[in-house]
This record gives sequence, C-alpha cells and structure tokens, in this order.
Amino acid sequence: MDKDNKNNNRDNTNHKSVVQEYVVKNSRKRKIVNNLITVLLFSFVVIAIIPLVSILVDVFRNGTAAFSLDFLILPPGAMGASDGGIGPAIQGTLMIIGFATMIGAPVGVLVGVYLSEYSSSSRRFAYFLRLFNDVMTGIPSVVIGIVGYITIVLTLGSFSIIAGAFVLSVIMIPIVARVSEETLKLIPNSLREAAYALGISKWKVVWHIVVKGSKSGIITGIVLAISRIAGETAPLIMTILGTSLFFSGFNSPVDALPLRIWRLASQPYPSAHEQGWGAALLLILIILSLSIVLRMISQKRGFR
Amino acid sequence: MNSKDHKAEVAHLIRSKSNKFNTGDKFFKALVFGASVYALFMVVLVFYALSEGSIPIFLKEGVNFITGTDWNSVEGRESFGALPYIIGTLISSSIAMAIAVPISIGIAIFVNEMVSGKIGTVLSFIVELLAAVPSIIYGLWALFVFRFWIRDYVELPLHNTFGDNLYIFARTPFGLDVFTAGIVLAIMIIPIISAVSREVIKAVPHSQKEAAYALGATRWEMVKTAILPYGKSGLLGASFLGLGRAIGETILVTMIIGNAVGLSAIPTSLFSPSQTLSSIIANEFNEASGDFHLSALIGLGLVLFMMTLFINVISIFIVSKVTKSNSNLRE
Repeated sequence: MDKDNKNNNRDNTNHKSVVQEYVVKNSRKRKIVNNLITVLLFSFVVIAIIPLVSILVDVFRNGTAAFSLDFLILPPGAMGASDGGIGPAIQGTLMIIGFATMIGAPVGVLVGVYLSEYSSSSRRFAYFLRLFNDVMTGIPSVVIGIVGYITIVLTLGSFSIIAGAFVLSVIMIPIVARVSEETLKLIPNSLREAAYALGISKWKVVWHIVVKGSKSGIITGIVLAISRIAGETAPLIMTILGTSLFFSGFNSPVDALPLRIWRLASQPYPSAHEQGWGAALLLILIILSLSIVLRMISQKRGFR
Repeated sequence: MNSKDHKAEVAHLIRSKSNKFNTGDKFFKALVFGASVYALFMVVLVFYALSEGSIPIFLKEGVNFITGTDWNSVEGRESFGALPYIIGTLISSSIAMAIAVPISIGIAIFVNEMVSGKIGTVLSFIVELLAAVPSIIYGLWALFVFRFWIRDYVELPLHNTFGDNLYIFARTPFGLDVFTAGIVLAIMIIPIISAVSREVIKAVPHSQKEAAYALGATRWEMVKTAILPYGKSGLLGASFLGLGRAIGETILVTMIIGNAVGLSAIPTSLFSPSQTLSSIIANEFNEASGDFHLSALIGLGLVLFMMTLFINVISIFIVSKVTKSNSNLRE
C-alpha cells in the first residue's frame, strides 16, 4: 500500500513536469501566434490606408496642374481642346445640392421628430417607417435615378434640375431622419416634463426645447447627407443628363461635378483627363472639408 | 355675482388659449405625420415606378428576360436577357467580399482591442475617411492609376506563371476586368464593414473578455474565444451591409469592368471584361432607343432592387437583433 502510494507520487511529479514543460513550450508558441496575428492585423490597417493615401496624392498632384481661375469659371471648351473649364458643373452641383437640401433636410428632420416624439401612439406605423427608412438607405442610387427618370423626366418631358434635386433628396431623407431621431432621443425626458409642467403645448415643447436643443446633432445629420449626395453620379445620368452650358431654366439639362468628371474621363484626350483630375480635386476638397466640419460639430457635441 | 363673472371670463380665456394650443398642436402633428407619410410614399414610388416601367419587357421576354444571355437593341431584332449581368454582379461582388470581409473585421479587431484607445480612434478615423471619398473619384483613380499597378504587379505575374494550367488566369490581362473591379469594390466597402464591425465588437460585454483573460488567454485567444463567437451574427450583418453596397455600386464599376455586352459579359476567367446590372444601366440608359430597350434597362433596375432589398432586409434584421440583445445584456 505504502509502496503503491509512493509510486503514485512519483508518477504524479513526473506527470507534473511533463505538463509544465508542455505549458512552457506551448505558451511560447501561443505568444508567437499572438504576435504574428497582431502584425497581420496591423498590416490589414496599412493595406486599407494605402489606397486612401494614393488617391489623395494622385488627385492633388494631377489636379493642381489643371487649376486656374479660367478653369473654375469657364464653360467646357471644344472636344479635345485644352481650354475651357468646369464653370457650369460647379454652378449645377451647388444648385442641385441647394434644392435637394431644401426638400430633403426639412422632411428628414420632421420624420426624425415623428419617430422620436410622436411615434408612441402608433408603434406599428413607426416600426414600418423605421424599416422602410433603413431599406431606402440600402437601395442603390442608380435605381433611385431610374425612378426619378420615370416619375419626373417623363412627366415634365425633359431632363432638368428638378429631377436631379428630387432624386438626391430621396437619397438624403433617410440619412437625415435617422441621425435626427437619434439626437432628439438624447434630450432627457426631465426637460420635456419640466416644460409640460409649465403648461406649454406639445408642439412648442417639441420645437423650442427638443429640436432646438439638439440643433448641432441635426446639423451633423444634414452635413453628412450633403457630403454623401455631393459625390453621387449614377442617379444624375438619367435625371440631369449633363451639358456644357450654364443653367438656362428649369426645363433643360444641367451639369454637375461628378457627372463632368465621368464624361471627361471617358474622352480619349489627355487634356480632358487632366481637367477630370482638376474637377476631382475640387470635389474632394468640398467633401473632405464637409467631413472635417462634421467632425468638429460632433466633437463639440461630445464635450457638452 | 361679480366674482362669478370673473370666473367665467377666466374660464373662457383658458379655454380659448388652450384651443389655440390645440390648433398649433394639430397643425404640427399633421406636418410631422405628413413628412413621414411622404417618406414612406417614396419606397412605394420606387417599387411602383420600377414595376410599371418593366412591364413591357416582361410581357415580351417572359422568364427569358432573367435566364437569357442575348442583348441586342437593334430594332426588329430586339432580344434582352439579364443573366450575364446578374452573373457579372455576383462574381465581382464575391471577389470584393472575399477580400474585404477578413480585412475589415481584422481592422475592427485591431483598432478596438490591440492598440490603446487614442491610436485606435485615429486609425479608424483614417480608415473611415475612405468612406467619404465619392465613388467617381475611386473610379478615376482606378482607371488611370490603379489598373496599371494591378495589371503589372498582380495580373501579369499570375497569368505568366499559372495561365497555361489554370483557366481562371488564362486570359491576357488588360486591367479592365472583373478582378480589378472586385478589388476596387473591396477597397470601397472596407470602411463600411469595418465601421459596423467596430460597433459590434464594442457591444461584446467586458465580462466575456475579462473571463477569457482570467483563464490565461493571450490577446488573440481572447479575440478568438470571446469576441468572435459572441459577435458572429453581428459581423455577418456588417458583411451583408457591405455586400449590398458592392452589388449596387455603379459608376466605379462602369469605369473599370470593361463593359462587355451579351454572352461575352459572362466572365470565363478572372481577367475577362464583364458587366454588372448597375453598370449596363449607367452605360446604356441615355442611348436607349425604342420602348423595349428602355424597359429592359428598367427591368434590370428592378432585378437589382430586389437583390439589394433581400440582402439589406436580412442584414437589418441580423444587426438590430444583435444590438438589441447586447444592450439587454449590458443593462
């Protein structure tokens, strides 16, 4: 019996040392695996950043060559000629964004207000509204462009800035609505209750306290949506068509920066490609400055 | 008597004031409700316009519109089949997903778990800047810069070494093909997938991670045993979101996929030119002549809409379920 025990003990210690050895050896292996994977994941980050750097460098390097005052204000020259500019495209982009925002921003904000403040009475409607908004965000913009062509262009009988602005506003509404809803919900209920206790009517509470209190969040949503629609190309093909003339009325084609870049890139002339890079530089400057403004607004919000 | 008068007057005043309140309230509620109905109406409008516009082509071609491979818009010999473009869409976005999903989830893990908070925030800000670059600029860059890189440093070496034996590398590459399109699509959807994946990983409860560390797990083992199983369905939802974007992307694909038409748009190798549903719409919409051609393009739009709708609804349900159950756990 005693012998047995001893034997057992010896076995145990033997076993222990084997385990120990195994653990030491294995933990070295595990550490190596851990480090290898850390390096691999870091290289993923680098892989993702390389294209960004390359895009920015190429756009700036190739784009600055085309930049001049004439380039910014003149209409496009003849095919293949190196003179002319992107004046109509800049004008068209600004106008389309302006009109689209005039429709998309108020509707989007009001939808957000409904979802955050009025939806408690009809949950099913709110559920569908939210679901449809999410669905709308996922619909490819080219499909929305087709819808704009069928509903507006075919009805009015011509490509127009109205169709372009309508299509972009449709893309804009769900983005603004979602951000607005989320910021409105951040206003604490105690503020609403305090206002009601003073006998203020509901719409004044909603408008003057809830909406005005989350102004910066709502502006963030609108700026986000604008930076998204500013680069949209596909839906503009079938709504505004593109032209080399300045704006000439609500029933004729207009030009826009992304569309102009596409047309310039499809031409076989090097001078057109250079102008395309120039237009791309302008577009990227507009959008990057919008997203920096966005960061600043949202950071200010974070500190409050 | 006097006080009674006074009382009545006050009561009247309050009533009239509150009536005023009521009209303001009613008006505002109607306004807000009207905007919501307008937003809902847009979805209905999309569905209605696409269906109505594609009726002629479905009447003419029937099922052949989905399964056919011919694409001829010459009047009198019109024939439209969407199959090559459906295949082109599926292949280019599969390539994009195969590249983008591991990289984006890796990035999300790295910036959330492997580096300190501040560096992680800066890195993810830089990666997410990619999402701000419009697709037309990706297209321009891909057409004039990236396609020459990919042709000279990836496609030609692959073609020269394996081209004789493996048919997927068989075709002489020009850089304008389904492979390039897939890679650029991947670059484009990486920031989208990684942003959502970061949220999913953030939602994994601390107790799970700490339990793994307490058992002696290394950082990677913690990720493998705590984060990945827990966030599995959320990460799947994030990937589906990226897939929806890749399938619907138009202008970038139009610029680099080579724009083949008809039977030749079915890629026979990775280096064949192809065409997607969205790119053929963008290419031919303004030149569409005759009722059937336009209707066929609208029909392609309907097919594309259905595909993205299906994918998006799946991803919405997955993501909302995950974030809901996670927030319940944290409470």
